[in-house]
Amino acid sequence: MPPKSPNGEVRQLSSSSETTTPVVDLEREQMLEAIKLSLGDVFVDSHLKPGDDLWIRVRTDSWLGSVQKLRDHHSFDYFGFLSAIDWMPSPYGRGEDDPTEPAPVRDTTIRSGYAGGDTRMQVFIRLVNSKTHLGITVKVDVADSSPSVESLITIFAGANWHERETHEMFGIDFVGHNDLRNMYLPVDFEGHPLRKDFPLLARMVKPWPGIVDVEPLPGGDEEDSAEVKASAQSKDSDAS
Amino acid sequence: MIALLAEVPYWGQSLLRVLGGLVAVLLPAGTIVYVFLFKMMSFMQSRLGPMEAGPYGSMQLFAEVGKWLQKEDIVPDRADARIFKMAPVIVLVSTFLLVVVVPFGPEAWFTDFETGVFYALAVSSISVLGILIAGWSSANKYSLLGGLRAAGQLIAYELPMVLAVMGVVIQAGTMNLQKIVVAQNTGSMFGIDAIGHPYVISQFFGFIIFMIAIQAELTQAPFDMPIAESELVSGYMTEYSGFRFLIFFIGEFATAGVFAMIASVLFLGGWGVPFTWFGWTSVDDVANWMNFVGPLIMFTKMMLLVFIIMWIRFSYPRLREDQLQRFAWKGLIPVALINIMVTAILKVVF
Amino acid sequence: MTMLGDRQQLSYIASQAADARLNLELETEGMTLNIGPQHPATHGTLRIIARLDGEQVVWAEPACGYMHRGYEKLTEVRTFPQVTTLVNRIDWLGSFANEVPFILAAEKLMGVEAPTRAQYIRTILFELSRIANVSLFLGDLGVQLGAITPVFLAFRDREYVLNLIESATGGRFHPNFDRIGGLKDDLPAGWIDETRAVMKKLRSFCDQIEDLLFGNEIFQSRTRGIGVIPRDVALQYGLSGANLRASGVDWDLRRDQTLPMVWDKADWKVWTHPDGDSFARCWVRLQETRESTKIVDQLLGAIPSGPVMAKVPKIIKVPEGEAWVSTENPLGEMGYYVVSRGDLGPFRVKIRSASFNNISITPWLLRGVYVPDIVTILASLYFILGDIDR
Repeated sequence: MPPKSPNGEVRQLSSSSETTTPVVDLEREQMLEAIKLSLGDVFVDSHLKPGDDLWIRVRTDSWLGSVQKLRDHHSFDYFGFLSAIDWMPSPYGRGEDDPTEPAPVRDTTIRSGYAGGDTRMQVFIRLVNSKTHLGITVKVDVADSSPSVESLITIFAGANWHERETHEMFGIDFVGHNDLRNMYLPVDFEGHPLRKDFPLLARMVKPWPGIVDVEPLPGGDEEDSAEVKASAQSKDSDAS
Repeated sequence: MIALLAEVPYWGQSLLRVLGGLVAVLLPAGTIVYVFLFKMMSFMQSRLGPMEAGPYGSMQLFAEVGKWLQKEDIVPDRADARIFKMAPVIVLVSTFLLVVVVPFGPEAWFTDFETGVFYALAVSSISVLGILIAGWSSANKYSLLGGLRAAGQLIAYELPMVLAVMGVVIQAGTMNLQKIVVAQNTGSMFGIDAIGHPYVISQFFGFIIFMIAIQAELTQAPFDMPIAESELVSGYMTEYSGFRFLIFFIGEFATAGVFAMIASVLFLGGWGVPFTWFGWTSVDDVANWMNFVGPLIMFTKMMLLVFIIMWIRFSYPRLREDQLQRFAWKGLIPVALINIMVTAILKVVF
Repeated sequence: MTMLGDRQQLSYIASQAADARLNLELETEGMTLNIGPQHPATHGTLRIIARLDGEQVVWAEPACGYMHRGYEKLTEVRTFPQVTTLVNRIDWLGSFANEVPFILAAEKLMGVEAPTRAQYIRTILFELSRIANVSLFLGDLGVQLGAITPVFLAFRDREYVLNLIESATGGRFHPNFDRIGGLKDDLPAGWIDETRAVMKKLRSFCDQIEDLLFGNEIFQSRTRGIGVIPRDVALQYGLSGANLRASGVDWDLRRDQTLPMVWDKADWKVWTHPDGDSFARCWVRLQETRESTKIVDQLLGAIPSGPVMAKVPKIIKVPEGEAWVSTENPLGEMGYYVVSRGDLGPFRVKIRSASFNNISITPWLLRGVYVPDIVTILASLYFILGDIDR
């Protein structure tokens, strides 16, 4: 049950007027068409949020080539960042399990985000056109068995540290990058912390007390706060 | 004064000289630290500085000394222990040796050297040795870099300093510091002898070069690369703690005081007042009370010069090592040489 | 690569050749100098390993990770409102500014927009945290170069700004004042007049620093022509903020992006500098501090009345989606790539911090410079260690 507002009505999301009327984003649409044309069959999928952002996905075997094309032909010359994402939901949930109880079985079906995806992990970069200041997020699938993509350091020198970080956090190999030392972790660290199946050990030992977002107010209604707690802990409850 | 001392046995004289030397080195050092480092710097930086120990924090230095003396005397494991311990003493010794030739009054001096200027310049370089071995023996890369920088810098700035003093020596016609004082106070400029003839006027370039050179010799900003706390942690002093650091610290400010004294002797007329004010004509006429007033005059002039040194120290950023060397070799030394030439020509002409 | 890049390349090659020759003739070895992790020049615990030939750097590389706190992992086990507590601590000098892009990303996913009054107050506090951050940079710059006085002036005047932030938010360093949909509270009474007075003080502080430091010849000779980053290299490395603008790229996310913030309601200027050297970076930051005080002054007079909080549910669930929001933070572009699964907390948050990119250029930049210039260059790139390591 969602909390009630003082006048008894269920609170509604107040959405701005801009999002309700469909926005036509000609600039980004044209950009997307041009990219589609020049990338050809390397282009896999795209997602366009008008007035907001553009996502595209390219084929893994031509990752370097397509980023180069984006830089040279579409003047995305500003390197924002490079990172990866593990789409498998964590088998440990959000660390709210009681360590004394047997761990519940969770659904770990992989669902990809914008512009789709066929693999568990994806590498994505953010490029910006320094003239028009329009950005693009480029995603690429990495194979589940031996996750690796081509390194971008030859076209964006700044990708060096980002690839090192991604290698260390996700265990993704960057072919052509010969200096994939750990940025943060000790040399002998085992595992890749940002993979979803890497447990956050502190949470395994002791559940995070702050997982309940709404604390009961001192002197507040006992029953009400208990209700809030219950709804916060149950993952299936519908808050809207 | 001499008459007074003549009745004291030799050991007593020596003892008095040692005590006098201690006072002449430590009193200015303490005053400089309190007045300039603690208070003036704080006021320039819009804060109060020490306020707790004694009235207006005047006992702060004693508290600091007490704190330093209690600290453990740490020698790094791989340091060359004997030399490491020796280094700060060498630095301080050079200060004490320097104060020996400074005249404080008509008869108030420790020793009256004929070649006082020569001696002073020679002895002042001893501290380079101390700094270099401190840097080397600490077994620390920062110390080593600091020591090397210090050696390069002190040697580079010794030269403009010597050349700047040369003009004074040519004008006074003597290397005796006492005689240089007398020459300034009995002299006259264009026949006007109201303020004597302080060489800061006729040797203005020499004075500026000398002040810049002592700024560098003292490793004060903007020439403090040997210490350079933002790059080299603390340069050659990095590994020193406790009372050995205290010795370096006192040495730094004592040397500032002594160099300022020498500068005031060379350029500002030292302990003297223009002799015409009281109708004196030579050093023998000078009244005996000048032996007590002289040191005070000297002290005032020293504080004035140290004020300038410290003022620059607190407001300027640091040069880079190569810029510093370039400044010495391409800037100061040619100017100093021209200054000597002009002085010599004018000396012959007039 | 431009002429300047070539020059650096050449000096690097020359230094390597000199190194090789020395090793051959005198059997001397270069020295490896370990600057940090505990060192006065690195604010925080950055370690720089430098291979020296005399005082010249043959190569240098920063080693980070001494303050890695794993925020990206931690966000996955926090609810959305709890994340602001974490991101506050990324760039701890401008912490309010860290919260804003994350909150904006969450709001974007939810389709919520903060009320106009909240947007104004957010923008003002954002600029105040920029002033607090950059004024410390301006003072610290002096210390890095050996001038000790500016830092005290900076701390004095920064205190006024921190007091303002504290009286508005309750926290000096970690306000945690942003909420999804608005702000925790309204401004306290009398705050606006107080802020005006402080902005006046800060403008005079900028003048003081300009007199004391930027006009100084030694400062100029230490920073001009040192650590030159050409335009294309800056773009390649993803430099942002003043570092990018000092390389002649006219790009400020406050101006060139539409966000529910009110920078466009004020009249201000984006400063760039063509040189790309250390001096340019410092100078651009000085001008930006002045512009920030102007922005704050103008916005203070225009704050509309109204609520500071939009209507949002008590328990915040963010609809499924991905959003990227970045803002022009004191250190540069700070952005959050937030992926939500319709859950209480984010599925994945990629924190794009400015210092990480800004510092990643140092191995390229430090080749062939002298040891004192390492300090100058690092100071002018301006990083906060929490912003590198996250």
